[in-house]
Amino acid sequence: MPAVSKGDGMRGLAVFISDIRNCKSKEAEIKRINKELANIRSKFKGDKALDGYSKKKYVCKLLFIFLLGHDIDFGHMEAVNLLSSNKYTEKQIGYLFISVLVNSNSELIRLINNAIKNDLSSRNPTFMCLALHCIANVGSREMAEAFASEIPRILVAGDTMDSVKQSAALCLLRLYKTSPDLVLMGEWTSRVVHLLNDQHMGVVTAAISLITCLSQKNPDEFKTCVSLAVSRLSRIVSSASTDLQDYTYYFVPAPWLSCKLLRLLQCYPPPEDGAVKGRLVECLETILNKAQEPPKSKKVQHSNAKNAILFEAISLIIHYDSEPNLLVRACNQLGQFLQHRETNLRYLALESMCTLASSEFSHEAVKTHIETVINALKTERDVSVRQRAADLLYAMCDRSNAKQIVAEMLSYLETADYSIREEMVLKVAILAEKYAIDYSWYVDTILNLIRIAGDYVSEEVWYRVIQIVINRDDVQGYAAKTVFEALQAPACHENMVKVGGYILGEFGNLIAGDPRSSPLVQFNLLHSKFHLCSVPTRALLLSAYIKFINLFPETKATIQEVLRCDSQIRNSDVELQQRAVEYLKLSSIASTDVLATVLEEMPPFPERESSILAKLKKKKGPGAVSVTELEDSKREGGELNGGGDRGPDTAAMAASNTSTPSPSADLLGIRSAAPVGAAPSSAGSLLVDVFSEAGPTAPSAAVNDDGFLRFVCKNNGVLFENQLLQIGIKSEYRQNLGRMYLFYGNKTSVQFASFTTTVSCPGELQSQLNVQTKPVEPLVEGGAQIQQVLNIECLSDFSEAPLLNIKFRYGGALQNLTLKLPVTINKFFQPTEMSSHDFFQRWKQLSQPQQEAQKIFKANHSMDTEVLKAKLLGLGTALLDNVDPNPENYVCAGVIQTKSQQVGCLLRLEPNAQAQMYRLTLRCSKDSVSRRLCELLAQQF
Amino acid sequence: MIKAILIFNNHGKPRLSKFYEHYTEDTEQQIIRETFHLVSKRDENVCNFLEGGMLIGGSDYKLIYRHYATLYFVFCVDSSESELGILDLIQVFVETLDKCFENVCELDLIFHVDKVHNILAEMVMGGMVLETNMNEIIMQVDAQNKMEKSEAGIAGAPARAVSAVKNMNLPEMPRNINIGDISIKVPNLPSFK
Repeated sequence: MPAVSKGDGMRGLAVFISDIRNCKSKEAEIKRINKELANIRSKFKGDKALDGYSKKKYVCKLLFIFLLGHDIDFGHMEAVNLLSSNKYTEKQIGYLFISVLVNSNSELIRLINNAIKNDLSSRNPTFMCLALHCIANVGSREMAEAFASEIPRILVAGDTMDSVKQSAALCLLRLYKTSPDLVLMGEWTSRVVHLLNDQHMGVVTAAISLITCLSQKNPDEFKTCVSLAVSRLSRIVSSASTDLQDYTYYFVPAPWLSCKLLRLLQCYPPPEDGAVKGRLVECLETILNKAQEPPKSKKVQHSNAKNAILFEAISLIIHYDSEPNLLVRACNQLGQFLQHRETNLRYLALESMCTLASSEFSHEAVKTHIETVINALKTERDVSVRQRAADLLYAMCDRSNAKQIVAEMLSYLETADYSIREEMVLKVAILAEKYAIDYSWYVDTILNLIRIAGDYVSEEVWYRVIQIVINRDDVQGYAAKTVFEALQAPACHENMVKVGGYILGEFGNLIAGDPRSSPLVQFNLLHSKFHLCSVPTRALLLSAYIKFINLFPETKATIQEVLRCDSQIRNSDVELQQRAVEYLKLSSIASTDVLATVLEEMPPFPERESSILAKLKKKKGPGAVSVTELEDSKREGGELNGGGDRGPDTAAMAASNTSTPSPSADLLGIRSAAPVGAAPSSAGSLLVDVFSEAGPTAPSAAVNDDGFLRFVCKNNGVLFENQLLQIGIKSEYRQNLGRMYLFYGNKTSVQFASFTTTVSCPGELQSQLNVQTKPVEPLVEGGAQIQQVLNIECLSDFSEAPLLNIKFRYGGALQNLTLKLPVTINKFFQPTEMSSHDFFQRWKQLSQPQQEAQKIFKANHSMDTEVLKAKLLGLGTALLDNVDPNPENYVCAGVIQTKSQQVGCLLRLEPNAQAQMYRLTLRCSKDSVSRRLCELLAQQF
Repeated sequence: MIKAILIFNNHGKPRLSKFYEHYTEDTEQQIIRETFHLVSKRDENVCNFLEGGMLIGGSDYKLIYRHYATLYFVFCVDSSESELGILDLIQVFVETLDKCFENVCELDLIFHVDKVHNILAEMVMGGMVLETNMNEIIMQVDAQNKMEKSEAGIAGAPARAVSAVKNMNLPEMPRNINIGDISIKVPNLPSFK
């Protein structure tokens, strides 16, 4: 006999529902509903007391109306009144109404709480369950306040019925989630863990959700659950399915509970107790073995349940990441699923493999499935599965297969679903950058990306390619050639025009030698796209044109003609008009030298985390800075530049540009106007960093500091070298004074012209360090070397480094280079010898927490004793023997001499050869010194 | 955790919505529409999982669904739940409904919203799974039905007598809404005198 007899229906309700279903239009439906609402309202308000049946009928009608999406703003009071009825039917319908319709802020909560309190103490299990359900469903803070202490008591009381225990466990979990501060741990916690042993599987099922949540928040307090969970799991996995009777689902014993047990174990590291661990490994092996057995039923439910456990077991194996044997088995199992005919299994296998790919034991094993995954990307019918395949390709990508994977992802992009294109584009861009061995491949990839999916290429992506091309001179010629070719296409994406305009404007000269891409051809090509582009792109192209005038004087007349035509100089867009006017004037008035300075090549961009990566992270989760900030500031920049008659002289224009305070996203380096009008330090703030989301870049960020760290422990050597220039350093220090000799060598056979060097102390360094020097000769002949002497005085302790900016003209092109000078605080060390006793006495004196700085880090270089000693001596401190009780350790002492004060420093370095790790501890009488030394030294060993 | 359980038909008409987190009524309706839109455009034979819509939390949540005849059963869950486990849970839910309503169909859900809620409440509570054993669930539902019947009280007595007689004669009672009719009319009898 069916549990719910079909004859029990309420006629009034049935009629109403049929009426609604017969409504021909939305209006008719609303009319009918309003009529019914009025009816119910009058019934509720009426004098005649309603019997339970009517109340139930009306509440059911209200629920139905609510389900259709209509607001219900009455009936709550009636529902609350039903709670205090002692008839089950009425109580139940009251609770139902409340759990569906009452929100957690309702003022009725107080009344509801009273009713709940009565039911909880009624000792009637059915009523108690109803009340617990209500708390769990509403879960408001008021309820937590009222019942958080009561429910644990019900949960662990010996005489509580099983069904009530189940409800109490989940009710407590809900309260713990909404108001963890109100659920106090106590005597009950240890007893809750033992519910894992309960005879009633339903109780275990409910309790395990509670225990998992509690374990995640307080792992130590619930540690004992690990062994209990393992033994429970083992009993389920090993027993014949008949033992578990009702909890056997399509021949699989307790699948849900098994999954939950495996999940619980994922909150903890592998068990330390050998016996427990052995038992668990046995379970996992049994689960893996069962996957290979023939199915006990052909029903999909059977394989579903079996595989649900299998996937959780695999997650646990991946989580432990310590049993290579199991990991490889897991990987093979997933490999089988990759080709399974069930789409669900393919989906889950791809998803699990993603996590497996990050384990060092299985990364290689995952990589063997690359062909299958690529095939999935190409042939899967289901977009969810294709997306997982793309995720997995991204996860399994490394240097060895990057080219293949990027190529596959690119070709997939041509047909990819619109919903995932943007993410795919970001992924391709990141992989291309991360694993680029030669940058011409990178440039090709990104240009392809723009060609294939231009609409989905966000600003970050094309900014990034430009940044990389500017920073790497070995790829500039290739980039210019490639964009030139890409622009030949009759229809190319606007993003392509932007990249093309920018790169040709900067590096068009590198391909101008070929008559097929002569300056005029380049210009005509760009200009043929001009009229199809949006205003920002046109603005960018105008800037490219003025750069052309500088690079190729022969194009001057043509370009001036273009700038002069009405559509530019009288353009209704203020930005375009202004650029046209200013560029026209600039090109006709300024001398070649001025023009060359104003329009010099862009300086390298600061290295930092790829903003594309940041964007992907942001797409995946909230909490990142909004890109709109950049958009806003761009707009602001445009307004500040716009309007107003301005004097035609270049100085005025340069001044107006320098005073633009916003990080205008104008890609043209207006920064170069600075030397005309303002000091170099203020020019830095104008450096247009297309990646900055927050504001102007500090000048020091734009700096090459490759060589810097190599000089922490030595004073002489080569600081910088590229194809053109070599810079060598010799330095000596005494007390708080130092002298540094810089040697600039011209490696080419061509003269460097206008060679200038500037040393600057950014920010507060100005008041901490005094650096003086004389200007150098402006000409460096081919193969010659010139020398410059710096006199350095340390006024007080410092953390930043002075910057050396070098500018010169090589051939036609201006070279611009900024380096960090390796003047570090440790250069001013005076070594101090002391005995073991003295050392430890001082060590103890410097015991304030901020005086100590400590770092634990992996060894980057050989851990050879002699090498270490040489480095520590090079640091400038005294290396003390026989001080540390452990002869493996090194201790050093020294005093840093500054003009204003002396800072005593003690250092201890503890190598751990086995782990290839160091622990470095510094204690100094000044906390900023401890921190700075620690930072510097942590990268030396 | 299960964030929401939605049942709607092939045309997107909601037949049950149960949210375990608080949303405004408006948002709930939008979520139902969005979910329907996401789920209904998928072919049969594709996988049963997809990322949640924007309103319900995007890619941090998964929609796990099954399509039975005219109805979609959709569970929106976070990453702490096993996907296949939830599929099994949907199956248990549907099998239970089937037992309770004897060949459940869309109409049963429409006319017995309260019962469906009660059955669901025996399985899922506050977004967590309470019980997965179908026999246990049915036992609870049966017990409730018995209580309901016994509470029909004096006024309900004739109805009980009628259904007892009916049950005696027809062990397999056919679907018959009119039986409900009788039981409503009985309380009105006194007014005839």
